[in-house]
Amino acid sequence: MLRYIGKRLLMLIPVLLGISLVVIILIDITPGDPARMMLGTQATEEQVEQLREDLGLNDPIYVRYGRFLWNTINGDFGTSLMTKRPVADEMLLRLPYTLLLVSLSLVMSVIIGIPIGIYAATHQHTWRDSGVMFLSMICVSVPSFVFALLLIRLFGVKLQWLPLSGVESWRGWILPCVAMGLGLTALIARQMRSDLLEIIRQDYITTARAKGLSEGKVIYRHSLKNAAIPVIMVIGGVFGSSLGGSLIAEQIYSIPGMGDYIMKGLSNRDYPVIQSGILVISSMFALVILLVDVIFALVDPRIRSQYVSKKRGRMSKIAKETEEIQAV
Amino acid sequence: MQKKRKKSRLYEIWRQLRKNKLAVAALVVLVLLLLVAVFAPLLAPYPYDQLNAKLSFADASKEHLLGNDRLGRDILSRLIYGSRQSLSMGVVAVAIAATIGITIGAIAGFYGRWVDNLCMRLLDIYQAMPMFLLCVALAAILGPSLRNAIIALGVGTVPGYARIMRASILTVREKEYVEAARAIDASDANIILKHILPNAIGPLIVQITMGVGGCILAGSALSFIGLGVQPPLPEWGAMISDGRSYLREAPRLTIYPSICVMLSVLSCNLLGDGLRDALDPRLKN
Amino acid sequence: MEENLLEIRDLAVEYHTDDDVIYAVNNIDLTVKKGETLGLVGETGAGKTTIAKSILRILPPLQAKLMSGEIIFDGQDVLKLSEKEMRKIRGNRIAMIFQDPMTALNPIETVGYQIAEAIKQHNKIHRSEADKRACDMLEMVGIPMDRFDEYPHQFSGGMKQRVVIAMALACNPGLLLADEPTTALDVTIQAQVLDMMRSLRTRLDTSVILITHDLGVVADFCDSVAVTYAGEIVERGTARHVFKSPGHPYTLGLFGSLPRLNSTERRLSPIKGLMPDPTDLPKGCRFCDRCPEASEQCREAPPAGVETEPGHIVKCHLAKGAG
Repeated sequence: MLRYIGKRLLMLIPVLLGISLVVIILIDITPGDPARMMLGTQATEEQVEQLREDLGLNDPIYVRYGRFLWNTINGDFGTSLMTKRPVADEMLLRLPYTLLLVSLSLVMSVIIGIPIGIYAATHQHTWRDSGVMFLSMICVSVPSFVFALLLIRLFGVKLQWLPLSGVESWRGWILPCVAMGLGLTALIARQMRSDLLEIIRQDYITTARAKGLSEGKVIYRHSLKNAAIPVIMVIGGVFGSSLGGSLIAEQIYSIPGMGDYIMKGLSNRDYPVIQSGILVISSMFALVILLVDVIFALVDPRIRSQYVSKKRGRMSKIAKETEEIQAV
Repeated sequence: MQKKRKKSRLYEIWRQLRKNKLAVAALVVLVLLLLVAVFAPLLAPYPYDQLNAKLSFADASKEHLLGNDRLGRDILSRLIYGSRQSLSMGVVAVAIAATIGITIGAIAGFYGRWVDNLCMRLLDIYQAMPMFLLCVALAAILGPSLRNAIIALGVGTVPGYARIMRASILTVREKEYVEAARAIDASDANIILKHILPNAIGPLIVQITMGVGGCILAGSALSFIGLGVQPPLPEWGAMISDGRSYLREAPRLTIYPSICVMLSVLSCNLLGDGLRDALDPRLKN
Repeated sequence: MEENLLEIRDLAVEYHTDDDVIYAVNNIDLTVKKGETLGLVGETGAGKTTIAKSILRILPPLQAKLMSGEIIFDGQDVLKLSEKEMRKIRGNRIAMIFQDPMTALNPIETVGYQIAEAIKQHNKIHRSEADKRACDMLEMVGIPMDRFDEYPHQFSGGMKQRVVIAMALACNPGLLLADEPTTALDVTIQAQVLDMMRSLRTRLDTSVILITHDLGVVADFCDSVAVTYAGEIVERGTARHVFKSPGHPYTLGLFGSLPRLNSTERRLSPIKGLMPDPTDLPKGCRFCDRCPEASEQCREAPPAGVETEPGHIVKCHLAKGAG
């Protein structure tokens, strides 16, 4: 198992190299001059040129890429052009906020979504199932920022139970997590339901029934464990989409996290921030996908015995596809 | 022969879909929304940018059915015109994504070996970034505008289509009729278009339908954070963003466009769901 | 051999889909004596599996509708039992082997667990005891018991089917429903599995309903035969009688489509046509459209069963009673 994990970690390297290359190319083709933006319109052409030279912006792209990689490997994520603070320090302060926000909403959506999915699947063809599924479809279709605004309006403005924004106290976390978690909960519930229904149709479930097992045992012992496998995959994807969603949630609730940092970087063309921010977020995502694959291998003996199989690759792709279709 | 078979397949899908009332309702809503977008100038009672300081935050009235925003612009008209921007973000972005994705997937699946490997590794890199982050980064780098938001969404959502196309090709590539077509020396493009695409079309339709909803949603999010449609052009996400500061006094500024986003995305999702069931009736039981 | 272990009377099952009603089983009668092996023969879609699933009451609850009939097992009508009572019969007194061993086992539980689970379900014994008995079962079907903790994907198709059989026989059931137990297996493995079933049947004194479309297997394995066609049993009797003097044109047709090594005929004579659409059955004899000897009477009225020999019943207008 350790060898498997090691191998997967090695496979991450080219992916992360690719991402940083893409980011650096994108920044390169971007119109607008970071040096000019730093110095403002008052600065002379010479000053701007001098700064460009100092920042190494005039070097060819492969030199800058090489330098970026070398610095990153050495733990130097550069210095923010705007705040002049080291990006690494800033990210260390901000990353916990984002991770907490994302994991809290993820935990919430798993804890609530899975039982809802099971409930719907075991009540298939009744109004309960249709009702729950229609509701969850609505939750999937509403942008999370709309939930955020509605929650602020209801609990913050009208009832005044919870703070409108800011996360100085634990109460501040409730609204952002719920706003982000609602859509994810619905997504997980829908996935759980459809997987469970798929499994219930399998022959081995008929076998289990033919053994004289009670319906409860058939569902919980034989169906649920099998249905959990694709759901775990989806949770990995959902993690990715909540990383994306945190971009907005952090803005609305003024949470000083990574999303906020990247957004600021993007609007200021603060390229060290953009580069490192995207790289760090993508690494988080990749690590979670890896974690999911490991859990998957632990649950499914078919994979456990071969560690790296075609099936596994397929499943992690399912996870990524879900990430994609999942909205923000 | 080929044509007839395809027709009856589409008819069969339609026949199955018709049974699903929600999906039919969703289809109707989508068609209506599209009509509204196309005929916006005829339907909207006022121009979307007609200012009227006297009517700032005015409540609903006979003249202005949904009231007015801060600048006194008619909300209903802005919603109607906004549908053009919002829906085109969904439809055009998906058209871009599907075209690129299907092409990549077709090339990867059809030629296999190192071509396939290369394409898949590229998609891996692609998908290692959370999709919305990628769209935001692209939109920000390209500069905020409707066109750039569409490009960002289109480019950001390519991998799904590519993977579906590739998977469908891998399953049909070895089938006899493809071998037969190859044996009579049909060109590669011909084989892909005539024999492989029709078989991949089912899952692709579902992905495209859902994708339109996803892009409308993501597009409204881009506009919400100021990276999409720029004022004074109305767009639902941007309208929500505008209304955000007046949540206390005039929540309708937020609520009406939110309902529009929800309705269009919900319809896409319901239709996609219905199509999935119709394509694979087995899933229903 | 005299006592009837299972008696099915007038059983009718329909499947309701969105558009159609499928008449899967139409008023069949069937008996199985203690220790007897009955071969249920027929084409795919003739309703054989539906009959077996009705006995265990594991038909898909939403689509399948039980229209009429009684299934009397050991003096009780299983159709009248509560779900709880039924669970005590399933896997315990009536067990079933499914067609495809590849999909019949839960992929993420060990085979040992899956066998022991059946034992534990029906016996008040400790888990270790159930495990021990499961090991014995594995040995009995010819699998070394050190493979107890392995998962289904580590077994070949034939071995999986042995596991399924071990699971079915774990509680020593009075009746075993074997639904095409060898169809999905290689020919050589088929013979092995059948041999094993034969010896276990004698050892455990189990009655068996063997569902198959392979007449060779029936001749080899069964005491009596019931031929199903379009949801009906068109002919039943002892294997000797049916093979020696088949009374129904369909049965004759089945024999005609078998290759024989000692025959001088150069070509097989398959039955022409297809089984009627189960949503739209002919009103007369179900076989009339394919029957070479069909008359006007056959098209108009469904034939009643005629006893051509003692215990040999043929559902055909042309069949002659035994005196």
